[in-house]
Amino acid sequence: MTDHRVSYTLDSTLETVDSAEQTATRIAADAGFDEDEVMKIAMAVREAAVNAVLHGNAYDPNKKVKVEFERTLRDLVITIRDQGTGLDVSKIPDPLAPENLLKTSGRGIFLIRSFMDEVQIHPSQTGTEIKLIKHVHGTAAGDKEASR
Amino acid sequence: MSMKTSTRQVDGVTIVDCSGRITLGEGSIILRDTIRDLLSKGQKKILLNLGDVNYIDSSGIGELVSAFTTVRNQGGELKLLNLTKKVHDLLQITKLYTVFDVKDDETAALKAFAAK
Repeated sequence: MTDHRVSYTLDSTLETVDSAEQTATRIAADAGFDEDEVMKIAMAVREAAVNAVLHGNAYDPNKKVKVEFERTLRDLVITIRDQGTGLDVSKIPDPLAPENLLKTSGRGIFLIRSFMDEVQIHPSQTGTEIKLIKHVHGTAAGDKEASR
Repeated sequence: MSMKTSTRQVDGVTIVDCSGRITLGEGSIILRDTIRDLLSKGQKKILLNLGDVNYIDSSGIGELVSAFTTVRNQGGELKLLNLTKKVHDLLQITKLYTVFDVKDDETAALKAFAAK
């Protein structure tokens, strides 16, 4: 089986967030993940897309969000890039700390890390790239994606 | 499916029946506006029925927290009713399950308000 990759360049809008989530749902289901795992993958992608649109690009119509889905033998890898000023990972508070429990924001990265097997965040001055990795278990039906 | 709410009064408690998704944008705004509207009318005992809410993202969780603290800061009380498994699990992993007063029976929830 060969690897499959598809990428989208999207506007910095809420529609992009919904679109990324829906695409993730379809691709994860096609890759053979069960319903619970599909929901988690889609939610992680949604949260990453929200970060890119809202915090990275700040809804700037001149900035784009790039979403890439890659299916390998071992993994489903989703990469989301924005064109913001770069996320400072060290400044992300722990949402489970007692003093942060009643904060109304700051749970996105935590949920992403909870739902994916690996998360890599690469901030730079020209934007942030976040790579979400979910390991494929067993002989999933990932070949479906090859026919698309 | 976008978020919808309808309200009903039972024994001095406002039950807000929610359905759909509480997510960044419309869903969160509808919830925020609903709570603000109730508080402006002096309705401070609020039971959020989430039985038909099939999806909440981190913004929606933040909106629930905001609703909880806003009502409490005005001397009121907000409880959650009928969590779906997905929402229940989300509140568990974010350690908010014990922050909210969560009920799975409407009658018991109403009694819990009355007991205060």
